[in-house]
Amino acid sequence: MSKTKKTKDYKSSSTAAYFFIGPAVISIFIFFFIPVIAAFVMSFTDFDIYALGSFDTVRFVWFNNYLRLFDDPLFWQSLLNTCYYVVLATPLSILVSLSAALLLNAKLVKLKGIFRLSYFIPYVTTLVAVAIVWRFIYHPKFGILNYFLGFFGINPVDWLGDPNLAMPAIVLMSVWKNFGYYMIIFIAGLQNIPEDLYEAASIEGAGGWQQFKSITLPMLAPTTLFISIVTIVGYFQLFAEPYIMTQGGPLNKTLSIVGYMYNEGFRWWNMGYSASISFVLFFIILIVTVIQFKQQKNPLS
Amino acid sequence: MKKVLLYTFLIITSAITLIPFIWMISASFMADGKASVYPPVFFPADIVIEQYNHLLTRLNAARSFFNSFFLSTVVTLVSLFFNSMAGYAFAKYRFKGRNKLFSLLLINMIVPSQVTMLPLFLMLKSVGLINTYFAIIVTGLANIFGIFLIRQHCLTIPDSLIEAAKMDGATDFQIYRKVILPLALPVLVTLGLFSFLGTWNDFLWPLIALTDESMYTLPVALSSLMLEHTRDPELMMAGSVITIIPVIVVFLVLQRYYIRGVMMGSVKE
Repeated sequence: MSKTKKTKDYKSSSTAAYFFIGPAVISIFIFFFIPVIAAFVMSFTDFDIYALGSFDTVRFVWFNNYLRLFDDPLFWQSLLNTCYYVVLATPLSILVSLSAALLLNAKLVKLKGIFRLSYFIPYVTTLVAVAIVWRFIYHPKFGILNYFLGFFGINPVDWLGDPNLAMPAIVLMSVWKNFGYYMIIFIAGLQNIPEDLYEAASIEGAGGWQQFKSITLPMLAPTTLFISIVTIVGYFQLFAEPYIMTQGGPLNKTLSIVGYMYNEGFRWWNMGYSASISFVLFFIILIVTVIQFKQQKNPLS
Repeated sequence: MKKVLLYTFLIITSAITLIPFIWMISASFMADGKASVYPPVFFPADIVIEQYNHLLTRLNAARSFFNSFFLSTVVTLVSLFFNSMAGYAFAKYRFKGRNKLFSLLLINMIVPSQVTMLPLFLMLKSVGLINTYFAIIVTGLANIFGIFLIRQHCLTIPDSLIEAAKMDGATDFQIYRKVILPLALPVLVTLGLFSFLGTWNDFLWPLIALTDESMYTLPVALSSLMLEHTRDPELMMAGSVITIIPVIVVFLVLQRYYIRGVMMGSVKE
């Protein structure tokens, strides 16, 4: 009797479980997994503007899209630009956010909440809106950045119009926008460091810099790794900043991978080719993520 | 002395992070052409609201505002409902394939969403749903990040509570509704906040999926305005203000939950 009851219970409860997970799992399958698989298939086809009218015109071209990418100077340009952006923006973001976290973690500081808030505000605000604001901040004649630089005797600079400066200008804005987020994570990391480590070190006569080097930095290593991965993955998806501030120019110097994918797919409707670009992006992000999984043995526990 | 230096530094750097917003707000209250002056003005001499009038009367900003607000609200409510049910079941039920399914769903976290956009566009276009609210809502129905956070929280809820409710004759859904949801409230607020702000701020997919001006969300409307009105900083700043202010207000009211969420997302991984 008790045995049959148990099996019945188990059965009814697993029906309930399927009822609970159903809506989420089904929507993730339809609107995420199926599109990902479809994108993979598309990347081996010549899906283009004619195919939008009639799917019959689509042909498998196998690896041709990927081979074409190899010979496409604009693709290499976008890849190079994006890497340049990531390589510049990642360490800068980490440096600024770590410094801010250390400052706000100092015991001397009162009113931490207010400073933390003002550093954090840019992160929650709408990227498109702040990119528009920064576009005017960078204005060569009336922009406030050149105005402030004028105090230091620096002549007006055409930030977004100079091919060599446009990407660094976007980097600067990104650091301003994002450092508050990483700062919060760093503060959490700093608060997890046991206080007695520092006490022991000061008894042994270690100075501030030495404590930072031998306690703070090593103890923050997992946090720093996590932040690096999140930053790199996020920064590789650069799109809205150049779209608003430079439209990929000047001389395609701020064209990003996602920007190129968008142009090819949704401007020129070369959707097969565009899909292959999106898979290159996926591949890059996958490599970065695998490094994280390797470093942190069990991400679920 | 050290303290003075520290505070000076903190105040200057906070000012730097806030100056763009101050300039934005002040320029938005200037008449045409008044923000394009040298040296820049940080407080308008005459406060005028003509830019806001222009946005509302001629550019239909109210409609975009409504679109953004409506979509963010719907996505938040639906995703909270779907994610919380799934997170609860993954934590507290034993069913066939549970762990495998959960691992499979984790792929959701590493594939960049841009990959799905081309087929999603074609799928929705073939059923006539491009340029509808539906096109935005379907991409936000559920996500593994939300399921994961709720699952983690539900794991901390003692089984005895659920057993007790069962003894009292509560159905599975009643337990979810009356026991689990109230206990998970802090996580739900955090997740809801993420999802509201995420939908409000989202750009690339709305740019692709919403093709008609009357359907634009604020970021899409702003970007299209930007490409036409490059020379009207005052108007663009007013547009930025109405886009950003709601975000800042929502964040300020619920910042405790937001900050906690940022920390949960990082510490758990």
